[in-house]
Amino acid sequence: MPASLDIAGFAVLLLLALAVLAPLLSSVRTIQIPLAFSLSAVASLAAVVAGIMTVASGSVASATISIGLPGLPFHLRLDPLAGFFLVVIGLMGLFVSIYSIGYVKGYGGVRSMTQMICFYTLFLAGMLLVVLADDAYFFLVAWELMAAASYFLVMYEDEKGENRRAAFLYLLIAHVGALAILLAFGVMAGQSGAPGFVGYTFNAMRSAQLSSGWAAAAFFLAFFGFAAKAGVIPLHVWLPEAHPVAPSNISALMSGVMLKTSIYGICRFAFDFIKVFPWWWGGVVLALGLLSAVLGVLYALMQHDLKRLLAYHSVENIGIILIGLGLSMIFAAFQMPTLAALALVAALYHTLNHAVFKGLLFMGAGAVLHATHVRNMEEMGGLIHRMPWTAPLFLVGCVSISALPPFNGFVSEWLTFQAFLLSPALPHPLLKLLIPLGAALLALTGALAAACFVKVFGVVFLGQWRGHQKPERIHEVGPSMLVGMLLAAISCLLLGIFPTWVIGWLDTIPEQLCGAKLAESAGKFGWLWLTPIAHERASYSGPVVFIGILVVVAVTWLLLHVHATSVSRVPIWDCGFVKLTPRMQYTASAFSMPIRRVLGFLFAVREQVEIVPHTNHPALPGSLQYRLRIRDRFWNWLYAPQGDAAYWVARQVGRLQQGRIQIYLLYSFVTLIVLLVFLG
Amino acid sequence: MSLHPFAIELLQFVLLLGLAPAFAGWVKILKCRAQGRTAPGILQPYRDIRRLFGKDIVLAENASWIFRFTPYLVFGVTAVAAGIIPLLSVDLPLSATADVIALVMLFGIVRFFTALAGMDIGTAFGGMGSSREMMIASLAEPAMLMAVFTVSLASNSSSLTQMVAVMGQAEFAIRPSLAFALAAFIMIALAETGRIPVDNPATHLELTMVHEAMILEYSGRHLALFEWAGMMKLTIFFALGIAAFSPWGIAADGDIGALLLAFGLLVFKLAVGALIMVLIETGLAKMRLFRLPEYLGSAFLLATLGMIAFFILE
Repeated sequence: MPASLDIAGFAVLLLLALAVLAPLLSSVRTIQIPLAFSLSAVASLAAVVAGIMTVASGSVASATISIGLPGLPFHLRLDPLAGFFLVVIGLMGLFVSIYSIGYVKGYGGVRSMTQMICFYTLFLAGMLLVVLADDAYFFLVAWELMAAASYFLVMYEDEKGENRRAAFLYLLIAHVGALAILLAFGVMAGQSGAPGFVGYTFNAMRSAQLSSGWAAAAFFLAFFGFAAKAGVIPLHVWLPEAHPVAPSNISALMSGVMLKTSIYGICRFAFDFIKVFPWWWGGVVLALGLLSAVLGVLYALMQHDLKRLLAYHSVENIGIILIGLGLSMIFAAFQMPTLAALALVAALYHTLNHAVFKGLLFMGAGAVLHATHVRNMEEMGGLIHRMPWTAPLFLVGCVSISALPPFNGFVSEWLTFQAFLLSPALPHPLLKLLIPLGAALLALTGALAAACFVKVFGVVFLGQWRGHQKPERIHEVGPSMLVGMLLAAISCLLLGIFPTWVIGWLDTIPEQLCGAKLAESAGKFGWLWLTPIAHERASYSGPVVFIGILVVVAVTWLLLHVHATSVSRVPIWDCGFVKLTPRMQYTASAFSMPIRRVLGFLFAVREQVEIVPHTNHPALPGSLQYRLRIRDRFWNWLYAPQGDAAYWVARQVGRLQQGRIQIYLLYSFVTLIVLLVFLG
Repeated sequence: MSLHPFAIELLQFVLLLGLAPAFAGWVKILKCRAQGRTAPGILQPYRDIRRLFGKDIVLAENASWIFRFTPYLVFGVTAVAAGIIPLLSVDLPLSATADVIALVMLFGIVRFFTALAGMDIGTAFGGMGSSREMMIASLAEPAMLMAVFTVSLASNSSSLTQMVAVMGQAEFAIRPSLAFALAAFIMIALAETGRIPVDNPATHLELTMVHEAMILEYSGRHLALFEWAGMMKLTIFFALGIAAFSPWGIAADGDIGALLLAFGLLVFKLAVGALIMVLIETGLAKMRLFRLPEYLGSAFLLATLGMIAFFILE
C-alpha cells in the first residue's frame, strides 16, 4: 500500500503535468475539456484519499526534494492537520472539477480553454502544496503560485474593466498579506537561533524558543497576512469584488477552499509553531471573528448581486471559523485541553462544512448564471419551474448555511455554541462575562443568515419571473454540473447526520495540537448520539432528527392521502385587483428593508425617492424613481484615505519628472557628487 | 408499577398532539372572557381542524412543490420537537436527540420553510410576511440564546431533561438570575409564537399581520396542518418554559402514580400559564413593526442581566 505522502505527491504531479500538457491538446477541444477536468478530479480524489489516511492514522510523514535554494531544499510534510486540509481541498476539487466539465463549455469558442485549464490545475496544485510545504521558502512559493493562478482566473473575462479592477485589488491585498507572512517567517527564523537556512524549515520553527514579544510579533504578522487572504473584516474588501467576476467554478474553489488555506496557516502558527501563548491572542482572534461574522452577514443581506452576496457570506463564515479558533486559543492558554479540543474541532468542522456548502452554493449560482445570464437577483424569480434539479440542490446549500438541522452547518455551529456555553469555566472574571455575549452575536449571525437565504431562494427560485427576457428560454443545466452539485449536496447531508464519525476521524488533530481527544466523550453513546464533553451537558442526534422528520412527514402524507381530496389549480388570488403583474412581487431590496432600517446605521445607506409629475396632469404623479446605494463603510474609512495618500505622494514624487534633458543630467551629477562624498 | 421509557415517549407524543388543540381552545376561552365576548367551546379547534381536513384544496397555478411540501414538513418538525421535551417524565429515550439550542434551531426549520412558502406564489402579502418574520426572528434569537445560557448556567447543562432533573430536586428559592431569564423568556416566547404585542394571531387580512400573511394562500388539509402545528408550537413553548423555570412535579421515572401527578400538575401549570399570557395579550396593543427592536432589545437586556446576576450573586 503506497504511503499517503506518495499519493499526495502523485496528485500534485498529475495536476502540474496537466498544466504543462493542456496546450498540446488545444486543437481538439471536445477531448481537451473532459480529459483535463476528469484527470484533475482524479488528482483531487487522490488528495482526499491521502488526507483521509493521514488523519485517520495520525501519522506524520516527511520528505525533502533536492530542488529549491542551495542549502534549503524543498521540505514536504504530511501530518493530520495538513491531511485534513488536503481533504477539504481535494473534496471540493473533485466536485468542482466534475462540475467544470459542463460549466466551461459555456465559454467554448469565445475564450481560450487552455488558459482556463492551465491556471485551474496550477491553482489546485498550489493549494495542495501550501498545506504540504514544510519550510518557509517552499510555503511562500506555493502560496504565490496559488495567488498568481487565481489572479489570472479572476481576470479570465478580462475585457471588462470591472474584472481587471477586481483582480488588481485582489492581487494587491494578497501581496500585502504575503509580505506580512514573509516577515513573520523572518521573525521566527531569526529568533530560532538555527544557523543559515535551517532556521527557515518548519522543524526549526517548532523548536524555536521565542520571547513573548517576538512570539506576538510573529503571530500577529502571520495573522494579518492570513486574515488578508481569508477576507477577515476589515481586510475583506477584495473578496466581494473578486468572487463575483471570476467564473463560477473558480469562485466555488476560491471561496470554498482557498480562504481555508489561511485558516490552515493560522492553526499552524498558533498551535504548531508557537504552542504557548497568552489568552489575549485568542481574544483578538475571537473579536475579529465576531466582527467578521456579524458584519459579513449584514453586508450580505444588503446585496442583490447573487455572487457578491455569497462572497460576503464567505466573510461571515470565516468569522465563524475564527470564533472557534479564538475560543480554542483562549481555552488552550488557560490549560484547558479538552475545551480547547472542542472549540478546535468546531472550527475545523466548520471549515469542512463551509467548503462543501459554499462550493455548492457557488456552483448553484453558476448554474443560474449559465441559464439566465444575469447576476442581479431583482431580475430573476420562479426558476424552480425552469430548473427543477438545480433548485432543490441549491436549497440544500441554503439550509446548510443557515445552520438548520439536520444539515452540516448546524453541527459545527452547535459545537461552537457548546464551546461558548462552557466558557464560564474560565478562571477569568472579565472573560466569563464577555464571552457569552459573543454567543449572542453568533446567534444573531445564524438568524440573519437564515433571513438572507430565505431572501436568496425566495427571490431567485420562487415567485414569478421578474426579468425582461422571456423565461421560456431558460433551461436546466447539463448533467455534469448537476452531478457536481449533487455530490456536494449529499456531502452536506452526510456531514450533518454522522458528526460522530467525522469527529472520531479528525480527533488526531486536537490530540496533536491541544493534547486532548474529543471522540471518547463525543461518541460515547455510539454513533447515534453526539455528546461533546458529557451527555449530561448536551447532546444532539442528527440521525434521529432526520429519520424522525422523515417518518412523521411520510406518515402524515399517507394518512391524509387515504381519502384524497381534490386539488384545483386557480389563478393567483389578487384581492380583486385584476392587474397583478410580476413586478408587484417582493424584491430582494424590499425583503431586506426591515433589517436595513433597524441596523442601517452600520452601513453608508443613501436612499432617494423622486416623484416625476405626470406630463398632462402636473398634479398627478407620473412615475416614481427609487435609488438605493449601500456602501461598505470600511472602504471609506480605511482604503480610500490610503489610496488618496498614495496618489498624493506619487504626485509629489512626480514633480521630479521635468522632461528636459538638462534637468536629468543635473540629477545624475548631483547623485555622483553625493555618492563621492559619502563613499570617499 | 412503572411504564417502559418508550411507552412514556409514545404517551407524551400522543398527549401533545392530542391536547394542543384543547390548550389553544382554552386560551381562546380565556381571551374571550377577558374581552367580554362569548367563547366557543374548548373543542372548537378540533372541529376547525376536522373541517379543514375534509375540504378541497385550492392552489395557485404557479405554486411549486415547496408550497405543497412545507405544511407536512412544518407538522413533522413540530411533532419531532414534541417528542423531545419532557412533559411528564424525564425518562425519555429520545430526549437526548436535541438540547435546548438544537430544539430552538428545529423551530428555525419551521420558520425557514414557512417563509419560503410565503414567497412561493409571488404575491405581496406573502413576501411581506416572510420579510417581517425573518427580521423578528433575527432579533429574537440572540435574546433567546442569552435566556438559555442563563438557565444552563444554573443547571450546568443545556440538556432539557438534565435541567429538569437538577432544578426539580433543588429547593424552591427565588433566584434573581432565573427571574430575569424568565421575564426575557416570556417576551421572546410571545414573539416566537406570534402573539400580541408582536403579531396578532386573530387577524386574517390586515396589513400588520406577519404569520398569517405567510400562510394566507393555504387551504384545506395544508392549512389544517399549519394550524395544528401552530397550536403544538404554542404548547411546546409553554412546556419549555415549565421545564426550564418550574419543573417541579415532572416525574423522574415511569412510575404510574408519579406520571398521573405530573399530568395533573402539567394541566394546572398550563392553565395558569395561559391565564398569564391572556392577561398580557388583553392588556397590550400590538406594536408597530419598528418598535419591535426595542421590545426584543429589552428582552436581550433582561437575559443578560440574568447572566450577570448569576455571576455576581450566585
